[in-house]
Amino acid sequence: MSTAIDNETPTMMRSSGERRLPWYHLVFTGLVGAAIAAVLLLALDAFSIASMLILGFILHLVMGYLYSLVREGRRWAMDRLMMLIVIGAFALAMFPLVSLLWEVISRGGARVIAASPTPFAFWTNDMSGIIGGADAGGVLHATIGTLLITLWASVISIPIGLFTAIFLVEYADQGWRRVLGKGVTFLVDVMTGIPSIVAGLFGLSLFLAFLPDGQQGVRMGIMGSVALSLLMIPTVVRSSEEMLRLVSMDLREAAYALGVPKWLTIVRVVLRTAVAGLATGITLAIARVIGETAPLLLTVGMVTSINWSMFDGRMATLPTYINQQYRNGSANCMNDTVTNPVNQEVYACSVTTNIDRAWAAALTLIIIVMVLNIIARLVSHYFSPKISR
Amino acid sequence: MAAPLPITVEDLNIYYGDFLAVEDVNVQIMPRSVTALIGPSGCGKSTFLRTLNRMHEVIPGAYAKGRVQIDGENIYDPRVDPVNVRRRVGMVFQKANPFPTMSIRDNVLAGVKLNSRRLAKKDADELLESSLRGANLWEEVKDRLDKPGLGLSGGQQQRLCIARTIAVKPEVVLMDEPCSALDPISTLAIEDLIHEMKQDYTIVIVTHNMQQASRVSDRTGFFNIAGTGKPGHLIEIDDTEKMFTNPAHKQTEDYISGRFG
Repeated sequence: MSTAIDNETPTMMRSSGERRLPWYHLVFTGLVGAAIAAVLLLALDAFSIASMLILGFILHLVMGYLYSLVREGRRWAMDRLMMLIVIGAFALAMFPLVSLLWEVISRGGARVIAASPTPFAFWTNDMSGIIGGADAGGVLHATIGTLLITLWASVISIPIGLFTAIFLVEYADQGWRRVLGKGVTFLVDVMTGIPSIVAGLFGLSLFLAFLPDGQQGVRMGIMGSVALSLLMIPTVVRSSEEMLRLVSMDLREAAYALGVPKWLTIVRVVLRTAVAGLATGITLAIARVIGETAPLLLTVGMVTSINWSMFDGRMATLPTYINQQYRNGSANCMNDTVTNPVNQEVYACSVTTNIDRAWAAALTLIIIVMVLNIIARLVSHYFSPKISR
Repeated sequence: MAAPLPITVEDLNIYYGDFLAVEDVNVQIMPRSVTALIGPSGCGKSTFLRTLNRMHEVIPGAYAKGRVQIDGENIYDPRVDPVNVRRRVGMVFQKANPFPTMSIRDNVLAGVKLNSRRLAKKDADELLESSLRGANLWEEVKDRLDKPGLGLSGGQQQRLCIARTIAVKPEVVLMDEPCSALDPISTLAIEDLIHEMKQDYTIVIVTHNMQQASRVSDRTGFFNIAGTGKPGHLIEIDDTEKMFTNPAHKQTEDYISGRFG
């Protein structure tokens, strides 16, 4: 009896005719869509993988929706359609990232591994004496330049940015400090929008203003660091400010109630609690400036050998190096070999050597940013509050 | 230690910016006893509590006028450093707030460590144990002192905060609804603890729970507010037994018997 009653009770929750099909039904409509697209495109003689995927996906949207409408009902059909759109948007967003990584790793990686005279010599050589299509040379000088200039930019920006954020969060609460805080926030917002070339011009003219007339051609690494710090400070301020605001007022009050002075509370409790987020924000700020080209072209120029001094002469940097190598374009190989005028070494000539070096340098830059990110992750991991029992 | 003087509050007016939140409080709080403050929400009892260790002024725009004498010294004297006041008048908050980056040990010793005071290992261990025993938490955590403080249960966290407070050896402990987020068993543990603590400390506790006030306190003060936007007043303060059986004011009786408003 009871089963009969159960079966005959069409509950409100089970609207008739609607049932969920297994997920692979939608894969089937996808394959059919792709097949129809392929046939159509072949018939029109316009076949390519990309157009097949795009047309196939659109057909898949339509057919998947209709199929689900017939078999599952209107509400599930809409669910399927939205799910497909979301997945499509995700794939579209991933496409440039994956293809860029693939291109950089395959083209740059090939050059780095196959670098002559020995594998990975690309990371231990500079460009002194490398002329024409010589299949040699490397990025050691540019890597050192990039690391030095970014380091100095960080040394300038992180304290300024962090202290500004501390002022905004901990001190700009009332009276004139509140007004000042609002002004600072506004200026930081404006600074965020400064074009990098303008930052470069600022860094350059700031130093040239102090140099005598005869030395207006002077370029130094520190000029580039100052220009980059102009771009970095607003990012550090904004991200640190958000992180410090996330620290609960309860923790500050807990420290005050123990008789801890305000400055020690900030150093030992607020900064300590927020350190994971601060590290992430600062890494992002570094990643933002490490690939800047325009300000460095203006302020530090380009050289072919290592320059360790931030205060004496031009330096090579990775973004400028990439720019220069790519602009050099294909090399002119009239002979099979090129001789280094400095040490008389003889290299093979390669038409694509400049382009290859640009890709390999791009790979180097990406690796540096990735290492920075890993360091930030480690900092977050080891310093973030632990809740485990 | 000689018996301390009572806390004497005279003509205390408490403001949030231009808004007068609590008006004209005059009261004596007896040492080595528990004083409970009750009253409807928004009547200013927590605000008043926070003026007793100058925590009120931490809020932007907030200040208080008047005199609060602790051990014969007015803590609102302009020469007094609020940091020193808070070292002598500790506070336990409504929500347990152990420092999330610290272990249980570091949480208890936070008052010492955050102030960069050096402490020999032996002294630190003694202080740790005595504070945790003082908060009835030692037996539960002695085997996991290096585990994070956030890993404890809510009631244990609140007792950890009490241990942290008494580790700085205050004379007065203020408690702002310390049990309002806890279950009955944890509440009982903390009420027992308050009973023991009054041997050594002057305790002022704000509570919404009148049974709790009658269970733990020697004296009870009743705050009330005439209406929204009006300042709160201390209506009366008396021995707890008298307050709950035969209060002097009609308002108090109405509030205690639930016939309010």
